[in-house]
Amino acid sequence: MRILLAALTFLCLVATAGAQDIAADGPAATPLQSLLKEHRAAIEQGARRGIGPAIEALRDSGLPEARLILEKWQARELWLRKADGLFFLAESAEGGYRLTDPATGEAAGSATRDEVIQIRPNSGIRAVLAGALVQFQLTDPNPAVRAAALDAIARRSEAGHLDALRAVLEDEPDPRLKARKARLERLLTISFDPDPDARIAAIEGFAGDIGVDVRAALNPLVATTRAVAPGEPPAGENIARRLSPGSEALPREAAYAMLVEAGLAPPRIGRAEIRAALAAHVEGGRVGGVPVAELNSDAARERAYAGLAAAGLVPAHLTEAGIDAALAAHAFYDRYAEADPRVTEAAADALAAIALMVGVNQMADLALDALSLASIYFLAAIGLAITFGVMRVINMAHGEFIMMGAYTGYVVQQFIPDYTISILVALPLAFAITFGAGVAMERLVIRWLYNRPLETLLATFGISIALQQLAKNIFGTQARPLTSPAWLDGSLVINDVVSISYIRIAIFVLALMFLGLFLFIMRRTRLGLEVRAVTQNPRMAASMGINPDRINMLTFGLGSGIAGVAGVAIGLYAKVTSELGQDYIVQSFMTVVVGGVGNIWGTLLGATLIGFLQKGIEWFNPSNTLAAQTYMILFIILFIQFRPRGIIALKGRAAGD
Amino acid sequence: MRQSFVAKNPSVLVFLACLGLFTLGVSVLSEGMGIGLISTSFVKTLGKTLCLCLVAIAMDLVWGYAGILSLGHFAFFGLGGYMIGMWLMYARTEGIVAASLSNAEIPPTPDELRSAIANQIFGVVGSSDFPAIWVFAHSLPLQLALVVLVPGLLALVFGWLAFRSRVTGVYLSILTQAMTLALALYLFQNDSGLRGNNGLSGLQNIPGAEGVPQSVISVWFLWASAAALGLGYVIAAFVVSGKFGSVIRGIRDDEARVRFLGYSVEGYKLFVFTLTAVIAGIAGALYYPQAGIINPKEIAPIASIYLAVWVAIGGRGRLYGAVIGAALVSLLSTWFTGGRVPDLPLGFYTVSWVDWWQVLLGLSFVLVTLFAPKGIGGLFDLVAGRRAPDRHGADLGPDPGALREKEAER
Repeated sequence: MRILLAALTFLCLVATAGAQDIAADGPAATPLQSLLKEHRAAIEQGARRGIGPAIEALRDSGLPEARLILEKWQARELWLRKADGLFFLAESAEGGYRLTDPATGEAAGSATRDEVIQIRPNSGIRAVLAGALVQFQLTDPNPAVRAAALDAIARRSEAGHLDALRAVLEDEPDPRLKARKARLERLLTISFDPDPDARIAAIEGFAGDIGVDVRAALNPLVATTRAVAPGEPPAGENIARRLSPGSEALPREAAYAMLVEAGLAPPRIGRAEIRAALAAHVEGGRVGGVPVAELNSDAARERAYAGLAAAGLVPAHLTEAGIDAALAAHAFYDRYAEADPRVTEAAADALAAIALMVGVNQMADLALDALSLASIYFLAAIGLAITFGVMRVINMAHGEFIMMGAYTGYVVQQFIPDYTISILVALPLAFAITFGAGVAMERLVIRWLYNRPLETLLATFGISIALQQLAKNIFGTQARPLTSPAWLDGSLVINDVVSISYIRIAIFVLALMFLGLFLFIMRRTRLGLEVRAVTQNPRMAASMGINPDRINMLTFGLGSGIAGVAGVAIGLYAKVTSELGQDYIVQSFMTVVVGGVGNIWGTLLGATLIGFLQKGIEWFNPSNTLAAQTYMILFIILFIQFRPRGIIALKGRAAGD
Repeated sequence: MRQSFVAKNPSVLVFLACLGLFTLGVSVLSEGMGIGLISTSFVKTLGKTLCLCLVAIAMDLVWGYAGILSLGHFAFFGLGGYMIGMWLMYARTEGIVAASLSNAEIPPTPDELRSAIANQIFGVVGSSDFPAIWVFAHSLPLQLALVVLVPGLLALVFGWLAFRSRVTGVYLSILTQAMTLALALYLFQNDSGLRGNNGLSGLQNIPGAEGVPQSVISVWFLWASAAALGLGYVIAAFVVSGKFGSVIRGIRDDEARVRFLGYSVEGYKLFVFTLTAVIAGIAGALYYPQAGIINPKEIAPIASIYLAVWVAIGGRGRLYGAVIGAALVSLLSTWFTGGRVPDLPLGFYTVSWVDWWQVLLGLSFVLVTLFAPKGIGGLFDLVAGRRAPDRHGADLGPDPGALREKEAER
């Protein structure tokens, strides 16, 4: 029994000792540490170039701790003990660091500052680490982490991700993430799958898809580089097309320059080189036997150069025939970076189909843009259509009423910090203020000039410059912000090509509302009836008991008030300056004149025509909006030739001719 | 009995005498030729003002007499300036480039010279080739011809299109404004061939007159401007004095009646429009060498509207009115916006004229339109004792939009 006990004790002791023994050099024995130790040099050195195998070994090791190590490494929390080359996690403690074993999470003693080194991966290595970590994150229980991992793959994908994605594709519970994973897997197949048939199938699956990611995956496949080779192009190259020197795609000069660059021909001696060579060989006022003073023509310089070449001072001039021979002896071609011709062909076909779809969608986007521009012009012009169209009074200060509305919005925002409420307050307030200004202007100035339209133009212009300068004096010359409410931020994205910002939608809706309002006032109210009567025949209207003065005043006020509201809307997406109105005044006049005076549908048509026209011209030459405006105005001048009274012209006596 | 031209237009002699005395006075007081009481920059300002008076006469012809409110005459003015500016810039750059290349060991070929000039001129807009429109820039006579031809042709084509389709009144004003805007926007582009918004600069340096100081050149240009103004005044007075003048005034007052009388209204309008465009172009060609720089901002529609403002304030329908208006308003503008006018303290607020001049101008313009449609020129009628007939509140003209009788009496 004693013996037994003793034996047991011994065994226990041995076991404990053994256990202690393992605990003492435990980390060294774990497969993780041995793996790390194997790559210690690369990890410690921290160079982007040599780090790949180490990270791949960790990633593919299948060890449960691999993810933790990679994450800690990326976060600069991995430490190396110099003495035995073991890796630990560490946190600072008194006199040094407290170490933790990464494999077991157990404490592993402490170390002084000198005993350990922090592994500090640079940004390049951290990116590689992030790529390796993606594989683990794809199976993370948290969907947000999985989505982030997919984003990371989409940003920078590599061949290894393909297998990782395929491995986790079936187990994805979230249907949206699953769809994303499947799409990403197809994209990675295009880029990285070793089997050409699989790639071609994936490419064909994407025909007509307008996503930016698809184009990003396909474009590198059809990218070409220009190359030159003696005789025939080498076999095995995937050649996009042969080029003949002297054609438009490859001018003769460029072709010869390629030869020179490839070291296949001697450099050509151009005019600048001849000049430099001549300047270097001036001797006693002569170069190659030609006096310097005569060297002011190319022929004389050629002669002098020939003289120098004959004397052996400079390399001989290349003859044109020599250049032709050199060009004929070489093949010029564009080659694909991708080696498999079937893949490039499929990619080119898919891209062509995509380009068609993209074109259709761009058209839709352009139409949306044009529509929103048209609604802006319509908003700016509708007030003018009332004053000019109904009363035949041209109001050059209309733009300044728009500006007044915008500044009203700005001032209201200074008092009411909530943007939604401030806009809701600013719209009626702008209407009221500009209505008042319009009525005042009509009473004080315009009604004295009803029989002198050209002078109304000039008087209102005087008011316009006075108001503009007044705004400058009050608000300064710098632009003032008119901030839109948060719910108008951002844009409605339909796909990668078509999108429209919410502010533009709001302006469109506002324009529609004003069209409705105008139609309602003109057709359904007493005021509208009287306005139409005064428009048609003021004297007859007056004899029917309508007061034309009052009607004119109200009409002018209404037109001005709508300009104020338009100002708030325009101020939301453009900067509010004292020149805001000036920028719109000519376009507004164009809108009214093109549309036809005295008819709201004409104004609508005019705004649509001008908006679409401007966007259409911009589409031909997107870099140059100035040219677009120039051509648009020229078009309008020509248009007036054919329909001098606008698209919808008044007929009969109301036309005023 | 046929009266002589001068007898019918006594104002021509008075005007020429005033202009001659003014030019003589400024020359005597100038730095370059006289006792130095007037600075060179002010001589230039006066010379420029004379050019503005010339373009105002053109505006008065087309608006005050023919009733076409053109908001595009400053475009013609600017085009004239661009045309002469091209030669000035080319010739001056050629001189500089030739001087710098002559130091090289090898004399330059003509091609090298030309491309060096192009590089120098168009470097700012990232180009080094001459655009096609500079093909005549090397030759002074050709560019001088273009000063007349380019504005004239543009006015001819535009006017033909506009008058042919019977665009009149406010529509025509807007259309001319659109033309001006289109031209300005076109010139603002860098690839328009006229250096985009940099414009043409260094125009005050006259090639071939490098040794002459600016103070003397400024007096030369003053003389040239005065001569052009005098000539322009005589031509304008001649145009409006005879039967032709009666017809264009008739067109102004009632276009339809003149057409029914058998006159080709479009032809008359086109002639006046084109003639005034040419006068404006010549005025511009004299103005910009004195200003030294021209850029597309000068052509912006606002400039043409100001031109109408000058003529209206001076009094349209009489040539000396346009001259007075242009001189007075443009000199006042220079004075007020130059910051040399003392501020006006009101106790609670100090009126700084640099800021408030535009407001004052705008309001005074409204007041002139409302209360003094004859403008400053109307004061001469008070002196001469001429008064409009009292119509006892009846309509003054046959039609809304026609010019009033009292403005049309001359």
